[in-house]
Amino acid sequence: MHPEKPKHDFEPKIIAFVCTWCTYAGADLAGTSRMQYPPNVRVLKFPCTGRIDPVFILKAFQQGADGVLVSGCHPGDCHYIAGNFHARRRFAAFRKLLEFVGVDLNRLQFSWVSAAEGGKWVEVVTELTEKVRSMGPMVEFKELALEEQWSGAIDTPELKEAYEQI
Amino acid sequence: MSRIGVFICHCGENISRTVDVERVAAQVGKLPGVAFSTDYKYMCSDPGQNLLKKAIQEQKLSHIVVAACSPRMHERTFRKAVEAAGLNPFLCEMANIREHCSWVHEDKEEATAKAIEIVGMMVERVKKNRVLPTITVPVTKRSLVIGGGIAGIQAALDIADCGHEVILVEREPSIGGHMAQLSETFPTLDCSQCIMTPKMVDVANHPKITLYTWSEVELVEGYIGNFQVTIRRKARSVDEDKCTGCGVCMEKCPIKKIPNKFDCNLGMRPAIYVPFPQAVPNTPVIDRANCTKFKTGKCGLCQKVCGPGAIDYEQEDTLVVEPVGAIVVATGFDLYTIDEKPKGSAIKGYGEFGHGKIPDVIDGMTFERLASASGPTGGKILRPSDGKEPKQIVFIQCIGSRAREKGISYCSKVCCMYTAKHTMLYHHKVHDGQAYVFFMDARTPGKNYDEFWRRSIEEEEAVYIRGMVSRLYQKGDKIVVMGSDIAVGVQVEIEADMVVLATAVQPQKGADSLAQKLGISYDKYNFYSEAHAKLRPVECATAGIYLAGACQGPKDIPDAVSQASAAAAKVMTLFAKDKLEREPIVARVKEGGCVGCFACKKVCAYGAVEEKEIRDRQGNLIKVVAYVNPGVCGGCGTCQATCPSKSVELDGYTDEQIVAMIEAL
Ligand SMILES: Cc1cc2nc3c(=O)[nH]c(=O)nc-3n(C[C@H](O)[C@H](O)[C@H](O)COP(=O)(O)OP(=O)(O)OC[C@H]3O[C@@H](n4cnc5c(N)ncnc54)[C@H](O)[C@@H]3O)c2cc1C
Ligand code: SF4
Ligand code: SF4
Ligand code: FES
Repeated sequence: MHPEKPKHDFEPKIIAFVCTWCTYAGADLAGTSRMQYPPNVRVLKFPCTGRIDPVFILKAFQQGADGVLVSGCHPGDCHYIAGNFHARRRFAAFRKLLEFVGVDLNRLQFSWVSAAEGGKWVEVVTELTEKVRSMGPMVEFKELALEEQWSGAIDTPELKEAYEQI
Repeated sequence: MSRIGVFICHCGENISRTVDVERVAAQVGKLPGVAFSTDYKYMCSDPGQNLLKKAIQEQKLSHIVVAACSPRMHERTFRKAVEAAGLNPFLCEMANIREHCSWVHEDKEEATAKAIEIVGMMVERVKKNRVLPTITVPVTKRSLVIGGGIAGIQAALDIADCGHEVILVEREPSIGGHMAQLSETFPTLDCSQCIMTPKMVDVANHPKITLYTWSEVELVEGYIGNFQVTIRRKARSVDEDKCTGCGVCMEKCPIKKIPNKFDCNLGMRPAIYVPFPQAVPNTPVIDRANCTKFKTGKCGLCQKVCGPGAIDYEQEDTLVVEPVGAIVVATGFDLYTIDEKPKGSAIKGYGEFGHGKIPDVIDGMTFERLASASGPTGGKILRPSDGKEPKQIVFIQCIGSRAREKGISYCSKVCCMYTAKHTMLYHHKVHDGQAYVFFMDARTPGKNYDEFWRRSIEEEEAVYIRGMVSRLYQKGDKIVVMGSDIAVGVQVEIEADMVVLATAVQPQKGADSLAQKLGISYDKYNFYSEAHAKLRPVECATAGIYLAGACQGPKDIPDAVSQASAAAAKVMTLFAKDKLEREPIVARVKEGGCVGCFACKKVCAYGAVEEKEIRDRQGNLIKVVAYVNPGVCGGCGTCQATCPSKSVELDGYTDEQIVAMIEAL
């Protein structure tokens, strides 16, 4: 018999954006090695992390993801030479933006998992799931989306001035 | 409206043990657009595939999702089956419910719920899949080999022997490269010229090889199977067709004292010359910078003495354009020079070793020329300064190599072995002499290599001192070498007659500019990068371009030759087909939206993005947009994520397809 699994009140939704060549293959290896990890993650396969548009991450949060993982080949190992370097640069800027709009960066994780690192995949997914579970459901972004529609009050002199000028 | 068929595989019990496959089939069967949904024990088996084909035809299915193992396992299988049933293969997707689900979870409830979501995601994705045509490009079955060292020679011969035309371009007046300069070669001590020159002659005589020496690649256009290469044939001032190679011109040329680069400047040559007697082709060139006729207009002696009238002072550079389908780059290496720091290089000089200042401090290649029977001293080891035989000789390894703080962290790979060889050659020629070697480690992996190295110590009496040299200076006609022997922990001081430095192997000068012409990548030292360090070691990431020899990293002759034959095999694999088929996962530009910022061009590691002019009917330029060459595109999609106006799209991974999956969650 398997040990009784603890039941949680909250099961977070984790979306993983991964490249085919390294992380997807690493996750496959975790499978062939029959390693176990929480079932919270849904994997979206891309040819390369270079293809991953930050908009997808926003979209995932909007669609109710509580955590997002982006993972690809280790720096220097990208199947397409340099896609992961471009991705890294892009996401560095994107993180700042997310922070600015008030998303807790603990919900977004980047990692390099190679095709040989089935164990690392399990670790990364398990840790992120647990971390996000302890943070509770992602509400910031949904609130933000609402706020955006309502567009906010023009209640400071600076805002008023800016508003006038448009 | 799509009529999607979903097929859930049990994989024996591999999936069905933890996933309730019937429930998955029932659940996804309810999704909008799904016309047919079933489960089966082994989808990949013949009956499984037949079930799929039959359903496509009977149910008139438009899109397929097979929920089974990883697409890395069977995507091809199912796409082929789908194609056989008359659907475009790219309208079929796999949902991975084995590696990503049944094998990594134990709770059947959880695993089933997850499987339903995974399949649901793929159903939404496949709705957005489009028919993708197979891309075929024609193949020109001729190849270009750049660099005529041993690697380039081997590759050219192998390809030509298979019956394909080869254009071999060498920038020096003769082919041969560094191997032609060597005296004897490790690990067998056979004479380099004896094994090299027959191959050079084979190249010259091969009906399938066109040899352009004293030539350089000027421009490379096109892509795999379809390159157009422009080659600059530098003016030789000698008509190659007329010249018989008699050499009278060289004898009669009054200018005699020009240091010969081939002999590491130890020997002299005339202004009209071949670099060495066995040169291929045996046609001289006039070194215009040193020729009196070109400097003052007088002389013209060589023209007078040349029987066949081959001398042509008016000759100009010519450009030839050659269409080729594949390119082998074999431009080899250069040795690190200690005295002059290369311009713009981050590598720091090694002035402390006196190279270039003390005449009897030489590098390994100069030693090769001294030891060579056809060299400037006829094979006698003599000091450059006074022509005396050195009785005490010090070899210092790892000059430049493995010194991160100086800018080169790699090992030059051949120095341990050639230094061992040098101590042997020295001992054979100077019986009463003593050789000392300062070394950090002896790195001798390779067949019969360690045995060879040991022989230099055990039989040829070389004294190996583990440690680096701290100081070296001229004292009278001796060179004082001070260093430490870290094995015993003492300082050593040797009064040497000659010092030989094993300087680092570096890429050829100008390796980076050639790489830019070819659109291939190179590392921080300018060595060319292979597509994959382990599994694609002779291919460039740029399709249709292959690497051979020391241009990719330090290599000895056996390695250079193996890689050259491997590159030739790759070229032949390419030429085995008349047309090239490739997966249609390539980027496409939506010209309407493209603003011509070329951000995509900057990030494309394959050089696949070109500039395309859009003109109106009158021929006025409207705008310049990006165009992705489908033959070159690697299919990474970096351009798409970069494009600010969302005008480039990677087929098979469009925003629509991905967003559909995210929205399915
Ligand atoms: C001192 C010394 C001793 C050695 N002894 C041994 C030994 O005993 N045994 C052994 O196995 N190995 C030995 N080696 C290593 C051996 O020299 C190399 O493995 C071998 O020469 C590599 O061949 P290659 O064809 O790759 O390069 P190269 O020999 O460097 O040939 C490259 C060719 O390309 C040409 N070229 C360069 N750039 C261009 C361009 N842009 N366009 C056109 N042509 C171009 C060059 O002119 C040259 O002809 C030794 C090396 C050194 C330095
Ligand atoms: S398709 Fe995959 S899951 Fe199904 S039987 Fe074949 S290997 Fe197993
Ligand atoms: S998909 Fe990759 S290889 Fe193709 S054009 Fe875009 S950046 Fe270049
Ligand atoms: S292919 Fe994995 S990051 Fe580019």
